[in-house]
Amino acid sequence: MSILGNRVLRREDPKFLTVGGTYVADLALPGSVHVTFVRSSMAHARIVSVDSTYAQAMPGVLAVYTNDDLGLPKFPTIMGMTNEAMTPPMLASGTVRYVGEPIAAIVAESREIAEDALEQVVVEYEPLKVVIDPVKARTDEDLLFPDAGTNTSFSLDFGGDETLFDDCEVVVELTLANQRVAPCPLEVRSAAAHMSEDGRLEFNSSTQAPHGVRDALATFLDLEPDQVHVVTPDVGGGFGAKGAVYPEDIVVGWCAQKLGRPVRWTETRSESMLGLGHGRAQVQHVRIGGTREGAVLAYRIEVLQDTGAYAGFGAVLPFMTRMMTSGPYKIPRAECASYSVVTNSTPTTAYRGAGRPEATAAIERIMDLFAREIDMDPAELRRRNLIEKDDFPYTTPVDTVYDVGDYHRALDLALEVAGYDDLRAEQVRRRTAGDVRQLGIGLSCYVEITNGLPDGEFGAVEVRPDGKVIVRTGTSPHGQGHVTAWSMLVAEQLGVAIEDIEVIHGDTDVVPRGAGTMGSRSLQVGGAAVNQAAVDVVEKAKDLAADLFEADRDDIVLDKANGRFHVVGTPALSRSWAELAEAAAKDGTALFAEVDLASPGPTYPFGTHISVVEVDTETGKVNVLRHIAVDDAGRIISPLLAEGQVHGGIAQGVAQALLEEVVYDLDGNPLTSTLADYSFISAAELPSYETRFTETPTPVNALGAKGIGESGTIGSTPAVHNAVCDAVAHLGVRHIDMPTTPVRVWSAINDAVTGHGTAKGGR
Amino acid sequence: MIPATFDYVRAGSVDEVIGLLGEHGDDAKLLAGGHSLLPLMKLRLAQPALLVDIGRLRELSYVTEEEDVIALGALTRHHDIATSPVTLSSVPLLAHVAGQIGDLQVRHRGTIGGSICHGDPASDLAAVLLALGATFVAQGPNGRREIDAQDFFVSFFEVALRSDELLVEIRVPRPLDARWGFEKLTKRAQDWAIVGAVAVRSRSGVGVGLINLGPVPLRSSAVEAAVVAGSNAAEAAAFAAEGTEPSADFNGSVAYRQHVARVLVRRALEKAGV
Ligand SMILES: Cc1cc2nc3c(=O)[nH]c(=O)nc-3n(C[C@H](O)[C@H](O)[C@H](O)COP(=O)(O)OP(=O)(O)OC[C@H]3O[C@@H](n4cnc5c(N)ncnc54)[C@H](O)[C@@H]3O)c2cc1C
Repeated sequence: MSILGNRVLRREDPKFLTVGGTYVADLALPGSVHVTFVRSSMAHARIVSVDSTYAQAMPGVLAVYTNDDLGLPKFPTIMGMTNEAMTPPMLASGTVRYVGEPIAAIVAESREIAEDALEQVVVEYEPLKVVIDPVKARTDEDLLFPDAGTNTSFSLDFGGDETLFDDCEVVVELTLANQRVAPCPLEVRSAAAHMSEDGRLEFNSSTQAPHGVRDALATFLDLEPDQVHVVTPDVGGGFGAKGAVYPEDIVVGWCAQKLGRPVRWTETRSESMLGLGHGRAQVQHVRIGGTREGAVLAYRIEVLQDTGAYAGFGAVLPFMTRMMTSGPYKIPRAECASYSVVTNSTPTTAYRGAGRPEATAAIERIMDLFAREIDMDPAELRRRNLIEKDDFPYTTPVDTVYDVGDYHRALDLALEVAGYDDLRAEQVRRRTAGDVRQLGIGLSCYVEITNGLPDGEFGAVEVRPDGKVIVRTGTSPHGQGHVTAWSMLVAEQLGVAIEDIEVIHGDTDVVPRGAGTMGSRSLQVGGAAVNQAAVDVVEKAKDLAADLFEADRDDIVLDKANGRFHVVGTPALSRSWAELAEAAAKDGTALFAEVDLASPGPTYPFGTHISVVEVDTETGKVNVLRHIAVDDAGRIISPLLAEGQVHGGIAQGVAQALLEEVVYDLDGNPLTSTLADYSFISAAELPSYETRFTETPTPVNALGAKGIGESGTIGSTPAVHNAVCDAVAHLGVRHIDMPTTPVRVWSAINDAVTGHGTAKGGR
Repeated sequence: MIPATFDYVRAGSVDEVIGLLGEHGDDAKLLAGGHSLLPLMKLRLAQPALLVDIGRLRELSYVTEEEDVIALGALTRHHDIATSPVTLSSVPLLAHVAGQIGDLQVRHRGTIGGSICHGDPASDLAAVLLALGATFVAQGPNGRREIDAQDFFVSFFEVALRSDELLVEIRVPRPLDARWGFEKLTKRAQDWAIVGAVAVRSRSGVGVGLINLGPVPLRSSAVEAAVVAGSNAAEAAAFAAEGTEPSADFNGSVAYRQHVARVLVRRALEKAGV
């Protein structure tokens, strides 16, 4: 019997549930000094002076460094695509462009001293005009980078077809916001560094990509990559935002080099809310057209991406949005144009879904409005337009090639689990009765891209003479459960117990290469690499066994039930993995295989989510009653881990629909820099989910698996958003922007009832 | 997120507290559950030179029943109020409200005294105690004095305690045959109320309290008067916004909060049998 597909308990959990994890801030680092950053209190200003005289004179303060002291170059562009003038400096240089931007680094004997010294550094600013609204930024009226002559950091505009909507009987348009959110990993950013006796930089980092951190440190600090050793202890979440290297990381490494003392830095939550990259932040204008019978014929989306103050990964998120333009629908004509602009706010970056949830949110919202316009049930409209299962591989109008899918099956299953017709009947009942609490039912059919970046991955498997199996992987889990999943893959190939398998990750000396964990790539590339290494080790073991048994290589059988090799037909005479490893050791070799797997290419998970909400029409408060998720990530290796990913994803997706938003005032002051003001969701706001998987294996990789890390956020947000809008549609509300907080929902109802048109509510 | 330097004393008795307050004046701050004070200190919005920890004064943690009064020690934790047999049987409203404050951790740390003395208009218990017509007992160098809840909340984060006094007891007149309603609008379960309302109706009269609708916790005399004059819940609730001055932020405009006040007061009154 195969272990794959079973609910194997997470091997990681006993530690977390008993003694707890060890994060960077927990590491003992005797004699270490602490770095704290002086951060800008202005959104846009020229720095007239930074006076650190008082701070430097404080007992226990070692140094205060500004960008001039560092003499380090600016960050590079993203793959040469973003505007070169807009990359961030290490510390602010001449101008600050967002509240929270690091201006100076204070190094002190203790964290408390460093914090006290912070208050003694006097920064004199000369205010500049603040640009906070991306729509305004796009006009180039006030520039963040005068030298660039524009606020646009990146664009994708291939011109438009003037006739796109010509044959459409019905055309519906909408401008909607996919609001800025904060990823909020429970562990904030943290780093610790010291120089080893042999002159190497030892660096601990809370990151999703240890090798990326190693390479960045080497580049900036002028070291060879092998002079830098990066280790990630336990990492308490990242959600994409810890995939990037931050200026603070480099400064910590620089300080360790400069001072020759161990240096550490852990940001506070308030700093994290301003310093860790934000996600989403798009304004979208969408247009959809088709026939009154519900055939969608044309779709166009224009994306305005808020890059934040500097052009980092956030600038290129629309690339992914564009790839997923037409979603799971067979739309003959579809276009996407995007413009990324800088504003005086925290730089944006990848956040769970990174560009794809935005695409789904746009098309799913306008599908509902289209259905309403032609008076068709939204589930029926979707059914009529979904790509058929025989259409794969399917090339979309923007030339994305979807691998495989059965989109109708997911929709039908979701409707069945939800009891859709009964829900609609209950909705009619409440509407007719004029209940205070109205029912909303929202659908979202999605398809998304996983493993969208071209990187391959490293995997290695070694069987030791004591029978233990050592697995090394280039992926870098921070909650996902790779230790469990990779153990399952290896146990399956080798026929050993998972307790005998040790999985090593996050140490650049032990694992030579790795792209890390992001973009729902890990299983399909990293897991596949480990799987391939396991297959290779079995082959090597068979060679050894053939020698030992003096038998023909092709006659060697691995009996996976008990992990022993024998010659076909004579199972009584067998050798264990340990014995073969011992034999290899005697030969002076090891029973070992290592694989650099090229990326097998992207895969396209899909599914349907249905949300059932209740809206208190007197206060605008939304209560989520049910959430049904049918997800298809190809072959499911570990149902427990897959469900866990879906659960967490739904929580974050619901949070975006209902609660979360990073808010700035017009002067660029952040209003949500604590978790009291920023509405991070909790279990109390969520129902028990009803999750199902359909399994349509992908032909793209050997495992048949697609990524499941981000589907939950991608599928859930539009379902909840649509449900909220659906609950009050009969009152004349057309659209409510996310997050659908009580005040927004109530304002929308109030405006509709009093005839004030479409409300955005809130401010 | 890292407080400024401060001195710390763990007080062993009420007298010691009063002595320390007399000695250090405004430089000292009492620390009860810390769930309002410590966040302010972490943001360096409060920088007391001395923290006097009263959290272990067990003698100030109790719920007892006297003839016409329920007496609660100032250091009684929300969780204990929520689960005390006395509150559950004699003032279930208090138990209900205490059981909904913040989350489990907050309820196990936060105290009724801290909730009142902080002077936060968003405090649930403050509004409830106003509606119940409670009396607060302060103790200072000259002994104890009673302050009517109505007179206790002076302005935003300011209460009628002298700098050398601490709150020791809360006295709630036993409501007879009471019916009540408590409503709060929050974004998340653990959040403070955007707006909240409480109504109590008993043989001794009607009390209506408003949460987060002005610089101090409020008692709505306009609504109470309407009820006494015979208005039904909806009619009386129409007066709920009278005299309120809610602040506006991204959780709601002034008009929205006043609207919600009317809705929640109506619902609370309906539950209270008005
Ligand atoms: C996440 C979170 C959510 C919360 N949600 C709610 C909510 O929904 N509703 C609600 O009402 N509250 C809420 N609170 C506040 C909580 O109830 C606090 O515990 C309470 O307001 C303060 O009580 P404390 O014992 O923690 O006081 P502390 O924080 O210790 O003290 C608060 C102030 O009162 C003073 N003080 C304390 N005790 C005395 C005394 N005996 N005499 C004189 N002065 C004293 C202190 O010096 C200080 O100035 C929440 C708090 C948190 C952290």
